[in-house]
Order: sequence, then structure tokens, then C-alpha cells
Amino acid sequence: MHSLILSTAARYLLPLLLVFSIFLLVRGHNEPGGGFVGGLTAAAAFALFAIAYSVDQTRHLIGVHPRTLLGTGLLVALAAGCLSLLCGLPFMTGLWSNLALPSVGKLGTPLLFDVGVYLVVVGTVLMIVFELAEE
Amino acid sequence: MNLPSLMFSLILPALVLAVALAFVRLARGPSLPDRVIALDVLASFAIAILAAYSVATGQVAFLDVGLVLGLVSFLGTIAFARYIERSTR
Repeated sequence: MHSLILSTAARYLLPLLLVFSIFLLVRGHNEPGGGFVGGLTAAAAFALFAIAYSVDQTRHLIGVHPRTLLGTGLLVALAAGCLSLLCGLPFMTGLWSNLALPSVGKLGTPLLFDVGVYLVVVGTVLMIVFELAEE
Repeated sequence: MNLPSLMFSLILPALVLAVALAFVRLARGPSLPDRVIALDVLASFAIAILAAYSVATGQVAFLDVGLVLGLVSFLGTIAFARYIERSTR
């Protein structure tokens, strides 16, 4: 299936959805959002691209295998949990820096953990979508 | 009549009625494309209800839910369309 309308729309919607997923990710600690729904939105963006173009082109666009994203996400989440061990605090204690960004709030290990969740969700959903679309 | 009471007394009941009618089409729909369109319309009504409820209660968070739903719901319709196109070939 190749539709000019769909492929043109997908080209504009992919960056829009990705920006919105990042927006959901970074504000997730204080307002509705978070790593999970942000990851789902990003995976939906790539799934749309895969439907409009092809799975191979989407794989080429992402550059890395979804499995790599999944593993990186797990490592990042684990690192976010282990940082507090280095400070002598119990595992997964939230550490906050005083560095505050506008509209994001304070940076800390919970945001890092959310980034890990985001990557795990993107990797998992993309693996499922690619497998289903390729069969 | 102020805006929230207008929402609760007129807009939301009308939307609920519209959802019920769309459900009738979803249940009866003679063909598969009819049902797919009914699902798409239901998603649009869900966005409309979220927006109206957000206006009525002042909860801004519902608008974000509507935004995500609007961006993602058409993806399901496209997937259905692709499935139908593939199965009729």
C-alpha cells in the first residue's frame, strides 16, 4: 500500500509526535505524563511511519535495533537506581540536584529512571510492531 | 447560563447521545468499513467529551489526554484500513 496523502502526513507527524513524546517524558514527574506514555507516543510515531512507508525504511531511520534501545533503557534505569547506593542511601532513593530547568523543574534520578522506562517502552513496542508488520 | 452549566446541561448530554448513536452503527454496521468508521467517530467523540469536560471543570490535564488521543486514534483507523485493503485483495 502506498498513499501519497498518508506518506506526506507521516513525514510531518513523525517529528510532531516525537516532540510531544519528549514533552510528556520531561514533565511526567509533576504533571500527567511520564516515561511510559511518552514511550508509547514515540513508538506510535514510528509505527505510523512504518505503515506509511515500510518497516525497512523505519529501521533505517531509527538506526539501531529496537533490542539495543530496550537494553540501553534497562541499563539507564538500573544506573538511576544505583546512583543512590554510591551515596550510601538505600537503592532507588531519589537524588535531586539544585539545577532547575524552566518548565521541566529540578533534575534528578527519577527523571533518569523515566528516560530508562521511555527507552524500554519504545524498544519493546517497536519490536512487537516490526515483527507483526513483517510477517 | 454560564459556561460550565451549559456544558453539563446541553453539550455533554448531546455528546453522550451521539456516542450512543455511534455505538448503534458499530453494533449493526452491515460491513466492516462501517464499523471502522464508527470506531473513528467514537474516538472523535471521546476527544470532544474530554474537551467539554475540561471546560466545565477547569481541569487542564484532560486537554493533554485529548491531544494524545487525537494524534494516536487515527493510527488505529489507518491500520484497520490497511488490513481491509489487504484482505480484499
